[in-house]
Parts: sequence; C-alpha cells; structure tokens
Amino acid sequence: MANKLISEIPLPKSIANVFAARNISTAKEALSLTEFELMELLDVGLTEVRSALSQISEIVAPPYQTALSLMEQRFQKEHLGGHFPTGLKGLDAALCGGIPFGVLTELVGPAGIGKTQLCLKLSLLASLPTNYGGLDGRVIYIDVESKFSSRRLLEIGLRSFPEIFQMKAMAQEMAGRILVLRPTSLSEFTQSLEQIKVSLLQNQVKMLVIDSMAALVSGEHEQGIRRQQTLSWHISFIKSLAEFSRIPVVVTNQVRSHNHDDASRYSFQVQSRDVTMEIPMRYDSHLIAALGIHWAHAVTTRLVLEAKSGQRFIKVAKSPISPPLAFPFHITSSGISLLSDYGMELMGPEINAIHCQGHNEIINFGMEGLQ
Amino acid sequence: MEIWRLPISASQRGKLISAGYTSLSSLSSISSSDLARELKVSETEAMDILKVALHSRGAETSNASCSIVDGAQSAWDMLHDEESLMHITTSSADLDNILGGGIHCKEVTEIGGVPGIGKTQLGIQIAINVQIPHDFGGLGGKAIYIDTEGSFMVERAFQIAEACIEDMSEYNRFLRKDFQECKINMKPEDILENIFYFRICSYTEQIALINYLDKFISEHKDVKVVVVDSVTFHFRQDFDDMALRTRVLTGMALKLMNLAKKFSLAVVLLNQATIKHTEGSFQLALALGDSWSHTCTNRIVLYWNGNERYAYIDKSPSLRSASAAYSVTVRGIRNSSSSCKRIKMM
Repeated sequence: MANKLISEIPLPKSIANVFAARNISTAKEALSLTEFELMELLDVGLTEVRSALSQISEIVAPPYQTALSLMEQRFQKEHLGGHFPTGLKGLDAALCGGIPFGVLTELVGPAGIGKTQLCLKLSLLASLPTNYGGLDGRVIYIDVESKFSSRRLLEIGLRSFPEIFQMKAMAQEMAGRILVLRPTSLSEFTQSLEQIKVSLLQNQVKMLVIDSMAALVSGEHEQGIRRQQTLSWHISFIKSLAEFSRIPVVVTNQVRSHNHDDASRYSFQVQSRDVTMEIPMRYDSHLIAALGIHWAHAVTTRLVLEAKSGQRFIKVAKSPISPPLAFPFHITSSGISLLSDYGMELMGPEINAIHCQGHNEIINFGMEGLQ
Repeated sequence: MEIWRLPISASQRGKLISAGYTSLSSLSSISSSDLARELKVSETEAMDILKVALHSRGAETSNASCSIVDGAQSAWDMLHDEESLMHITTSSADLDNILGGGIHCKEVTEIGGVPGIGKTQLGIQIAINVQIPHDFGGLGGKAIYIDTEGSFMVERAFQIAEACIEDMSEYNRFLRKDFQECKINMKPEDILENIFYFRICSYTEQIALINYLDKFISEHKDVKVVVVDSVTFHFRQDFDDMALRTRVLTGMALKLMNLAKKFSLAVVLLNQATIKHTEGSFQLALALGDSWSHTCTNRIVLYWNGNERYAYIDKSPSLRSASAAYSVTVRGIRNSSSSCKRIKMM
C-alpha cells in the first residue's frame, strides 16, 4: 500500500501532472513531505495540496475492522483462535491456548538450558495432523549454529507419539515436513528470508523457527549503530512476514553478562534518588538477554528459560495475556515436560532476570538421560 | 505580516515581490484588475491572492474585543472549558489522581516505558474505559486503536471488557441496592464492537491514516479516544535522513493535536524506551529523540521501582510531577495491591 503509484490514484489531472513532473511517483514520497514543502516543490496553493494529500491518504490508509469482527474472524478461520498449543499444559493455559499466530515469540536463556530442545519439540508438533494437536503443515527451521539433530527429533517423536512414528512411512512423512536451512552469514539469511516470504503461503508453511537470532547478528563484524540498523531491518521484515502469513514465529536468543553500559533508570529517577530500590543482582551470573532493548520491544511474547538452585524454569517474562508465571521443567527423552502445571507468580522485574545457578550439574545429569 | 508568510504558491509569491509588493499594507488598496495587470496573471488568480491577504491581515490586527480576532479565546472562557474537561479513567484510582481525573480529552498524551511494563495493557484499558456510559461517569464514546506492532490481543481486550462490565454491575448493586436494576445490558462483545482497529505496516500507512482520521471521525462522531500503539515502531528504522524524520513526526503530532481539539477527543500515543548516553552514563529515555519530546502535551513514563510498576508525570501543562503505583491484573489496570487506599467508588 505504501508503494502505491500516484498515477493509480484518482487525482485531478492538473495536480497529477505536476506530481509526475517533479518526479514524485509513489505515495510514500508524497506523504514524506510536509504541506509547505509540497507547496514549494509543486508550486501550487495550500488548498490544492491539502486536497491532493487527503485523497492520497484515503487510498493508502488501511481499512478498519471492529475488534469484535477481528475476534470472530480469528476464531472462525484459525486453529484455536490463533494459538498453537505447545503440549505444556500449564504454559498453554497461561498463554490462552498456546503460542500466538502472527507475532514473534522469543525463547531466551543460557547455553544448554533447553531452547533447541523446545524448538525441536515445537517443530515436530507443528508437522502433526490437527487431531494430534498439530498444525498439519510444513515447518521452516533456520539452524544457525548447526544444532538441529534429526536423530533427536525422531527420538522425541517416537517417545511422544509412538503410534505415528513407529511406522516408517509416517515418520518419514512428518520428518519430511520440517525443512532445515543453514545460512552461514547474515546476508545469506536475508536472502533466505526474502525467498521464504514469497513461497510461504503456497507451500503450506505453518511455522517458522529461527535458532538462534543472536548467533546470526554476533557473527557480523559491524559494531554499534550499523549493527542496530541491520537488525532493525530484519526485525521489521520478520514481523511483517509473521503478520501477513498469520503463522507462529519462534526465535531463540542468547544471553550475555550485564555490564555497566546497560541502563536501568531514567534521568528523573537518577535525580530524585528516592525510594528506588536496586534489585540485588548478586547471583553468580547476572545475565540479560542479548540483542538489546529494541529487540525486546519487538517480540510480543518472551519466554525465559533459566536454572535456579539446580532446577530449570520456563518463565513467561513478557506476554499480552499471561501474568508473570514460572513453571519448573525438565528435559526427557520425549522432549520437554513441565514438572508442575501450576506456575509460580513472580513479582516485579524479577521475571526478566535470567539465572544460571547450579547449571553445570544439570547439564551433565541431563546428558545421561538423553543417551 | 510579510508576503513571505502567506499561504500562496511560490511563483505567485515571487511575482508579488518582483512587482514591488513586499508587505500586506501595499495590497490593501489595490483592486484585483490592477493587480492582475501588474502581475500578469488572470483576474481570478489576483482575486484569490487578495482574499488570502485580507484574511491574514484581519487576523493580525490585535484588538481588545476578542470577537474581532479570528480564532482567539479569552483566558476566562478557556477556564470554563478546562473545568468542564472530560477525562477517561484508567481504572486505577491512584493513577487517575495524579492525572487530575484521568486521561484528558482535547489533549495528546504520550505514554512510554520499557518492554513488558504495561503500555499496551493501559492502551487497551483506555480504549475500553472510554465506552463507560454517562450514568457511570464515563464518556460513552467509541475508540480507535491503531496497532503498528501487532501487540493488540483481542482475547485480552475481551477479558478486560468483561471485568469492566462486572465492575459496573458491582457499582450498580452497591449504589442502587435494587437487584432488578443490576443487569447492565452491555456485553463484552458490544464493547469490542465499539473499538475500531487499524493495523499499520509502514510509516507511510501511519501518516496516511492520521491524515485520513479527520474524515473518518467526521463520519463516526462518537469516537472519543485515539490510541496509537506504538507511535515509534515504524520510525525507528528505515530513516536515513533524521531531519526528515523529525519533520514528519512533528507534522503528525500537529495533526493529532488538531484532531484532539476539533473533535474534543483524547489522543494517547504509546512510545518505546531506548538507551541514551547523557551526562557520562547510559540512561533510559523515551524513543524518537529530543524534538519529539517537545511535541506532545503530556508525557507519562511507566517504570519499575523495586517490585512495583509506577507511572511518573514527566511533562504536563497543568499537573505537577508525581508518581503513582499501579498494577496489571487479570482484570486490567488496577491500583497496586500494596497501596492501602481502598478503591474509590465513583
């Protein structure tokens, strides 16, 4: 809509010619200028500029929908009103059905905590037919760090849904629906994304997994502002991809240690110096999510996976519908499962903190179970 | 006022100046046919120029009597207007208190904060509370929700609408004690039907929509609030020319202010937080830069203070700087649970 050509908009001939003469061919160019700038450029009066702008705006502006018709449309056309159940009952209940369609859901946590395991489980689930709780479609899995293990995927399938996966033909069909891409650079990733956008709907792709976003960006040499700008483009693109195709998009993110550059207060807080209590971040590893605050705004749902006192938790740190709940989980041969469907409600910004205590013990223990 | 500032096209201005007309007074005594001859333009065009000049001149002459000055209003009359100003409650009495009753109509309010602090929650709450009927102290209006990020979750809006109706029934029962009257005829679906939802995918669409809102609201006169969630997203990328971005944002803010005044509605803009390097350290600040921070009338910052969510009035022409705690519950925005005040009945 933004790239609508001026020539396609029914404007009075005189003004349309002037736009063309001054090389303003798209609505985007016309709307990026103020009224006075347009008057100067086109050499026409204010009323004509205003009327032309209002006609262009009316055509370019998107149509409206009442919230009620939005809800009805979602419940009629989409699986469970636009949610993809993860199979983790407590989490699904908190998220009002599951991972939402059309927006980004982020999994963030320290290395080895189980992000890829959860991604594998979700990919498998998405490929299953709807009567097994799946989306009955293809999954595109962008595997940046070469962590995708088809052997592990099939093991999860066999343990969780033996009736399907014991038959070789069925296993082949399901596994065949998961397409793995391994981009070696950010530009390759960008190209793949553009390709994906074009073929998404025709090829029945029902989910996109990017594991991990942080690894893609950290591999590049650009620093500071340039890196932020590149990331901005990707954020915008992936969000629009999710939006127009209405599929769940799961992205994993890494953690990094908190350094003194990270801001946590506004200027008025620094000045007043009143009741602000510092959250005591005296744990052995004070970690925060990588990719910055712009990324944190762009994701709609953030699930934090962490280890505290030797126990793993999956926390809903940011969600439009769920309260801040933490569920204990463990990794088994059939994927990830919750140890309790009743989440603990956490207060305050604690929900965003990422802990890594007693983690080493768990990894070694977990590995034995996976063998 | 000089010829420079007249809203006429550049070539007309150029012709006036080269013919020697540099000030408005020089145009006051000439007829349109003479002007047409001097400027070598058609007579209708000359008449238009004179009309514009006369109109601008009329506004210039300052006069004690306000009825002569176009568009001016005396401070005494404005006081009456300010007192009858409508507010939209946020459902948290503490927050309403520091806001002087709630979100003001006829003004643009910017609300910003870090991810997960509750901006969208507050936006949805306001879009629902504007619909509270007059009998319950509300505006009984409709809402426009402009979603630029896809954060609007319709199930959450339904949840908050349900809770709002329950609160109204509760209030009814408390006040009227007449069980027949208890039933409010509103259903959550009715509330959702009164929210006009627009989904914006680029900054061009954002500008186009805000231009179009004038016509839309003229056709839907009961709209009393416009929520933009968030105003930042499409302007944080895709702009190499920062000066252009500032001009576009300022133009947008002015249009929104005009909408607010013309239709007596409230405009709520949700903004994101970013990290700014000031005074030798990194601090949080609202996005879109320093020039943007001047354009909105009111500015509220949502932040974490210990384990509580707080709102701080960063900028307001009439309210003093104050903070209040609030919380996001399953029923929507409410007072913080640690506050010992009881919720005020309306």
